[in-house]
Amino acid sequence: MTDTMRSHGAPARGPSAAAAAVTTGSANILMRLTDPPMRAVQRLIGAARMPYVFLLPNLVFFGLFVFLPIGINIVFSVTGGTGLFPAERPYVGSEHYARLLDCGSYLEAASCREDLFWRGVGNTLTFTVFQMVAMVLFSLVTALVLNRPIRGRGFFRAVYFFPVLLSPVVVALIWKWILQRDGLLNAVLTTAGGEKILFFVDPGWAMFWSVFVSVWAHMGFYTLILLAGLQAIPRDVYEAAEMDGTRPWRVFHRITLPLLWPNLLVVLVLVLIRSVQVFDEVFVLTGGGPGTATMMVVQYIYTTAFANQVQNFGLAGAASVLLGAVLFVLTLIQLFLTRRRAS
Amino acid sequence: MKKAAWMAGCALALSILGAAGAQAETTLRIMWYSDGNEGEVMNDLLRRFEEKNKDVKVVLDQVPFKAINETLPVQLASGQGPDLARITDMGGLAPYLMDVRAHVKDAAYWEQNYGPFLQWMRVPGNTTAIPGYMTQLTVTGPFVNKTLFEQAGVAMPGANATWEDWAKAAKAVADKVQAPFPVAFDRSGHRFFGLAVSQGAQMAETGGELKPVDDGFKRAAKLVVDWHKAGVMSTELWGAVSGTAYRGANEEFKNAQVVFYESGSWQTAQFDKTIGDAFDWIAVPTPCGPANCSGMPGGAALVALKTSSHPAEVGRLLDYLASEEVANEFYARTLFVPGHIGLAKKGIAYKSASPQAASALKVFGDAVGKLDPVAYRIQGDPSSRIVFNAAISRLGQVVVGETTLDDAYQRISADVAQQIAERKKKQ
Repeated sequence: MTDTMRSHGAPARGPSAAAAAVTTGSANILMRLTDPPMRAVQRLIGAARMPYVFLLPNLVFFGLFVFLPIGINIVFSVTGGTGLFPAERPYVGSEHYARLLDCGSYLEAASCREDLFWRGVGNTLTFTVFQMVAMVLFSLVTALVLNRPIRGRGFFRAVYFFPVLLSPVVVALIWKWILQRDGLLNAVLTTAGGEKILFFVDPGWAMFWSVFVSVWAHMGFYTLILLAGLQAIPRDVYEAAEMDGTRPWRVFHRITLPLLWPNLLVVLVLVLIRSVQVFDEVFVLTGGGPGTATMMVVQYIYTTAFANQVQNFGLAGAASVLLGAVLFVLTLIQLFLTRRRAS
Repeated sequence: MKKAAWMAGCALALSILGAAGAQAETTLRIMWYSDGNEGEVMNDLLRRFEEKNKDVKVVLDQVPFKAINETLPVQLASGQGPDLARITDMGGLAPYLMDVRAHVKDAAYWEQNYGPFLQWMRVPGNTTAIPGYMTQLTVTGPFVNKTLFEQAGVAMPGANATWEDWAKAAKAVADKVQAPFPVAFDRSGHRFFGLAVSQGAQMAETGGELKPVDDGFKRAAKLVVDWHKAGVMSTELWGAVSGTAYRGANEEFKNAQVVFYESGSWQTAQFDKTIGDAFDWIAVPTPCGPANCSGMPGGAALVALKTSSHPAEVGRLLDYLASEEVANEFYARTLFVPGHIGLAKKGIAYKSASPQAASALKVFGDAVGKLDPVAYRIQGDPSSRIVFNAAISRLGQVVVGETTLDDAYQRISADVAQQIAERKKKQ
């Protein structure tokens, strides 16, 4: 009989109890081992500073894999040439930023010196607007339906969530197979007596399917967030409204929507940030075409840095910093809105 | 007795340890991409090399072509990388290639048989380095679906036919047999230059400045845009993706959807294997333009990299692979046009090729002799890929109506100038 068993006053039974005893024993040994050095550190720096000691491991990782790359990116954006190490790169100041921002009119990509960057910006904006509207709308409707006591609710929740588990490249390849000239959709269309549609040759269709596939792939995740919010709304509020004979639309408008707003806000901001960062799905699905109709900012950055023979890390770095600035502003807006709501 | 046995045992153990030390293995890594069966063939040859050279182990890391073009340059710039790699951008990667002249047995053999191509791998100004050998010489040229011509009852243009003749005939065939792609070009600047050189493109350097857009280039660009407008070329290839992305039409050709497919000799092996007797296909000589009937040369080279810390072993391996006997076997089994001048003169016996493939290889082999010197110079120019990429990126925009040809010409010149200027910036 172990010490742990004795301390509880009753003998444990079965393998799970034995495993628990081993775990507890190991934890005790670990605590005894770490206690003296931690006490020594506490004596040295004081109890008030101890939280920083516990935060340090995470901060080191965060600094190494987030802050350091951001710093390197900024260094790249103000240096030129094709060298990979900062020491090999001559300082060029704001040259890359000036090149990116040199435009006759920001509304006309063709008037810009780096026209492809601005085409990417325009496409990303279009994608973001359509994707946000579609994503929030469909996620909300799906969450509302799944929140009702329908038959097979668990099954449908799994069905809507399943695409979230797939890799974006797999999602894009599946849809590419469906949408290409001799794909599944065109086979259905021709069987039904229709004409083949070349979805990837028409800019409108290409953007539509980029948005559609993205919504299809990620809707389950946002539906889950909204569903959690819906289930947190107290039932008695609805019961009171029902007793008052409130119409369903008014219930949705005056009760559901305001109480769901914190979750909706999270979804809105997450969708917004993800839309601005979009790359993998659209790149695999359309390759940025036709022409540059679905080329997003991140694809521009990738191409500039890696796909050209002269790998222009400086220009790509500057574009990344500008994109990062936009994302930073969007995050600040999210924080502001969340805090205002909370207060 | 016991003491003698003990001493004998010690001596045996020492000799085993000594032998093991003498046989310490050097591992060489090759980054390799394949279009067809060349990875398999190379593996066979490497195993034979290892049998003859017990102290060297060679690992063939097979990667997608995209990794050779995008990942390898970053690795090399950071001082990392394999010992050898199979590359196509010889001019662009020349600064990272190792000169193994001191480690090969007979430098004269290399100069004699690989000389003209070695210049593609050397940094400008260097005339002596031996960085590697050509695993394959390629030449651009068209494949034609003969069966579609027969079904349509359209006569195939003859020798010295022009690009316009072929475009007209291919469109007539496609209209009759409902083929979606009368003429298809790989979405590649290299393939575009196959047409451009025949139209008189020079890609000349004047006053230290490269001029990618000249009259020949413009004639070729206008042909491509006009063919797209007239439905001779489909926007599904050049228009469907953006930037510098490569898009081949080999799948469409295999599915008998393409009448005339401008690609190159490296497709022969896969067409031979995958099309089988589904339809008759042939390779035809590159059509003529006002300047000449030349396509573009190209190819892939197995090169030594400066990142290797085993130059002697790398030299030994390259000597073995580039030897006439081994190279002959490699070219014959892979159905590649030889990048070895001696073998090209003797001719390769492609025993595994079908009559169709053998005939295509004969056409491409003959085309090598007709390549214009300008085409060789363009291929060897360290800035060629910059021009190829800029051309394909901007012409892709024109064919979908995003921009005009005149604007594209300006953008191509600006893109090329900007990238060359960036490359020249040094600390």
